[in-house]
Amino acid sequence: MRLSSLLGACALVALGATAAQAGPTLDAVKQKGFVQCGTNVSGLPGFASVNNENQWSGLDIDLCKAVAVALFNDPNAVKYTPLNAKERFTALQSGQIDILSRNTTNTLSRDTALGLDFPVINYYDGQGFMAKKALGVQSALELDGASVCVQAGTTTELNLADFFRANNMNYQGVVFENNDEVLAAYDSGRCDVLTTDASGLYSTRTKLQNPDDHMVLPEIISKEPLGPAVRHGDNEWADIVRWSFYAMVQAEEFGITSENVEQIAEETQNPDIQRFLGKLDELGAGVGLPNDFAVQIVKQIGNYGESFERNVGMGSTLKIERGLNALWTDGGLQYAMPFR
Amino acid sequence: MAQSAPRPPARPPFWNDPLVRSIIYQVLAIGLVCAVGWYLIHNTITNLQRLGVSTGFGFLDRPSGFDISQVLIDYNSTYSFGRAFLVGLLNTALVAVCGIVLATIIGFLVGIGRLSRNWLIARLCTTYVEILRNIPILLQLIFVYTLLVSVLPAPRESLAIGETVFLNTSGLFVPRVIPLAGAGLFFLSIPIAVVLAWLFARWARIRRELTGQSLPRNWITLLILVGLPLLTFLATGRPVELEYTTIGRFRPQGGFALQPEFVALVVGLSIYTASYIAEIVRSGILAIGKGQIEAASALGLERSQILRLVVVPQALRVIVPPLTSQYLNLTKNSSLGVAVGYPDLFSVAGTINNQTGQAVEVIAITMAVYLLFSLITSAFMNWYNARIALVER
Amino acid sequence: MATDIAPHATAAELPPPRTSVGPLAWLKQNLFATPKDTVLTILVVLFLLWVVPPLLRWAIFDATISGTTRDVCTFDGACWTVIKMRFGQLIYGLYPPEARWRVNLMAVLVVLSLVPLFLPWLKQKLLYGAGVLIVMPIVASLILEGGWGGLQQVETNLWGGLFLTLLISFVGIAASLPIGILLALGRRSNMPIIKALCVTLIEIVRGVPLITVLFMASVMLPLFFPPGWSIDKLTRALIGVSIFSGAYMAEVIRGGLQAIPKGQYEAANAMGLSYWQSMGLIILPQALRLVIPGIVNTFIGLFKDTSLVLIMGLYDLLGIARMIVASPEWLGRSIETYVAAGFGFWIFCYAMSRYSQRLERKLHTGHKH
Repeated sequence: MRLSSLLGACALVALGATAAQAGPTLDAVKQKGFVQCGTNVSGLPGFASVNNENQWSGLDIDLCKAVAVALFNDPNAVKYTPLNAKERFTALQSGQIDILSRNTTNTLSRDTALGLDFPVINYYDGQGFMAKKALGVQSALELDGASVCVQAGTTTELNLADFFRANNMNYQGVVFENNDEVLAAYDSGRCDVLTTDASGLYSTRTKLQNPDDHMVLPEIISKEPLGPAVRHGDNEWADIVRWSFYAMVQAEEFGITSENVEQIAEETQNPDIQRFLGKLDELGAGVGLPNDFAVQIVKQIGNYGESFERNVGMGSTLKIERGLNALWTDGGLQYAMPFR
Repeated sequence: MAQSAPRPPARPPFWNDPLVRSIIYQVLAIGLVCAVGWYLIHNTITNLQRLGVSTGFGFLDRPSGFDISQVLIDYNSTYSFGRAFLVGLLNTALVAVCGIVLATIIGFLVGIGRLSRNWLIARLCTTYVEILRNIPILLQLIFVYTLLVSVLPAPRESLAIGETVFLNTSGLFVPRVIPLAGAGLFFLSIPIAVVLAWLFARWARIRRELTGQSLPRNWITLLILVGLPLLTFLATGRPVELEYTTIGRFRPQGGFALQPEFVALVVGLSIYTASYIAEIVRSGILAIGKGQIEAASALGLERSQILRLVVVPQALRVIVPPLTSQYLNLTKNSSLGVAVGYPDLFSVAGTINNQTGQAVEVIAITMAVYLLFSLITSAFMNWYNARIALVER
Repeated sequence: MATDIAPHATAAELPPPRTSVGPLAWLKQNLFATPKDTVLTILVVLFLLWVVPPLLRWAIFDATISGTTRDVCTFDGACWTVIKMRFGQLIYGLYPPEARWRVNLMAVLVVLSLVPLFLPWLKQKLLYGAGVLIVMPIVASLILEGGWGGLQQVETNLWGGLFLTLLISFVGIAASLPIGILLALGRRSNMPIIKALCVTLIEIVRGVPLITVLFMASVMLPLFFPPGWSIDKLTRALIGVSIFSGAYMAEVIRGGLQAIPKGQYEAANAMGLSYWQSMGLIILPQALRLVIPGIVNTFIGLFKDTSLVLIMGLYDLLGIARMIVASPEWLGRSIETYVAAGFGFWIFCYAMSRYSQRLERKLHTGHKH
């Protein structure tokens, strides 16, 4: 890969190709030794952002790291490919990335026509609006005639059209390629309202000079189940992504955290937990992972609750409530399939 | 004797025969192109099938589901993807036409200005050309757009001329003309006036060639072009109504709106292209020999006549070919509207690609349309070029 | 008929009229020659008075450059602090600061390798140039990408800023020369099929915007290859740019080929040179020399067009400017950043266009003699 970029173009031979991967994603990932993870190009604080040392962090990033830990026992065995909304699916289809963990909404047409699979949902979201407080708007239903900044090629753009149509209101959409441009246009006053997933609104709001001058309107106009996507038909790989994530959720349900996981693994007599932590049975082998993969994920990444609080919850600048993303036992939707 | 006759030169071996060689080369070339093409297409098809991505142009009939902020024909989210393509195409055409007109005007003014005897004007025009020509068009577009949006007032503090024209970050709002019954006659009068003006110009030219007398042609043409429609308009009792813009809660409602994205794109494209056109115009004028002008003045022509009858017709012949390629460049550069949020063909195509995932089909359609634009423009300019080239004797 | 002509007498030499020499005369001739001129001059002066002082006030007198955050800035004047703080990023993109010396080293190497091309006594310039074109990319990728012998690996998605702009344009121009030569020769070929293929390729590429070519390179290229082949984003951009500029270069070179008198072709044939010999030794050296200004102009165009890679999500000079503009620390200071980026582009393009104009004049006079 190293000589690739220059030589490849110079001679116009595709020397830029990596070694051909045989078979499905899992073999290829194991062979190259890292997971190629597609992330948000402009950085969405809390979900995927990069700091001054080029270290990635966020809820979506934790998922890629969890997979890397499960496979290689190393959270840094991940390489990131920043993608904008328009190029993300082709990047996955064409094999440039192994997982697309980029706050992507699961929909029927994406699941089918685009050749994707969404193994899990790591954040249940819904689309909302943000407006300047000075406008005095209290509800999205008062937005008749507003201009709305929105990102091109998203489900958001489609929901926006449906919402205004359903409520018999008109609007002027101002459409940009990526978050940054949408934000810049909103900031400069080109549009009255900015719309995206509610989580994105909170995240975007932190970027504005005076976040308190802006408010997120109460209406949620759509269901946006966000999750990682993998290529359709590669079930082994999808299983690994699915169970890596469920390990984080199940750990929270058991009350296992990164701090107490090793202690619990030693001491517990509960067969459920023993199975989960690989002390009983051979669950890991079924997925093609080491038996203690859940222990390692929880130890190195944390459980779902820890990851949530650290990245987007009260421990972060976003301060998003758990809401729909609380465990099912707390009235939320996060529910891991049983480990047995 | 027969022995001494020179032996006919030995036929070169067939691989040295230029004809055979060239056939072999060409067969090889075709074979190579076909092989590579087949390989790529085969890969693409396998890849798409493996992934279960749908193929074909069936998606064009499906409802698009997204809105477009500037439409020239009826369109909303319930119309098809094909219709969305058409909307994008028309938006591109609109920008290209407006941009070409504006760029030509600015370009000619600046180009002639650079040759002005007035030092200040010549300097000013040179500065214009040297600055704008050397900065990427994309940067200029983004800059113009950013400037426009940050300088214009918020909708609530709109600059207003009376209660009719509003200017704010949402755009320029002017009253819209709504035709009433009887307006048909008025609209009909416009093409009639054009035809009449053309007939008159023809007649006046023939008359001048026969008798040597010239009429104030421009004034009479103008009179026909403006007078006839105006008369019809008044005679039919002013059959139009103005829809005024009203201040809405967010932005002015109703009327006709010119959005900042469109304005930024047209202005950005034309000031950039104008800097090239200016150079073309300048070199076109400089290409005319001094003798031509001196000869014309010796004949007693006035300065304006020299310009109109001697300089411009000759300069145009030098100017038109490079001008064509600038027009083409402008049309192609209009695809950068995507960076300032203008829904042109490329931008709409990108959205469609993302909603359908059918990259191959979308790119094929987009490229075909741009190619068509290019071919039409160059065909038109070739025709025009041939026409003015005939002036030569 | 007698004539009244006065006998010849030497008149005292008068000083020239005051209105034909000196600054006053200059003013009269260049600014106030006719009433129309006078009006225009006054209008222009008024325009300048209206535009220039506020501009200067914004850019210089009311501007801020001290401090480290946007809080020190006011909205009366420009905030050059953002440029000061992010200058490194504008030049190197996200390239790790501790590894930036590698980019500098590469820049020095490129300049050094170009020096011999300007030495009058080096005869084999074409050969040397071709050698540089082959060796440089390898050296560049070794140094810039790293990952061997203790050099930290810097992935291409961190490359950016002016450095990336220069890199893409250099690679683009270097790759476009061979492509352009081959296409131009193909277009002038006697073989109808080869000619048709070349014409089709050239006209298709020239007929569509660069952005669609890049879009195709970014979206479709990955689908063209068997599963598992992945080509990184920068390489895809480079392929797109190379094909695009190759088609334009072909037309420039074709112009040069057409300008070579037929006698040269015939003479080469008469000497029994093969096609490639006659092209390589007789025609191309002359044709390329003729079109150097055209090549430089193509290079300027390419240099400006590299800004389009931002649509693909690469951070060239303009891309990085956009990123800075959207960063939470500097949101709202967009004009300053764009002005700085524009100035960067302008310096390079202006210098190159001056160079090309000089070359043109030099070559032009060369023809006359």
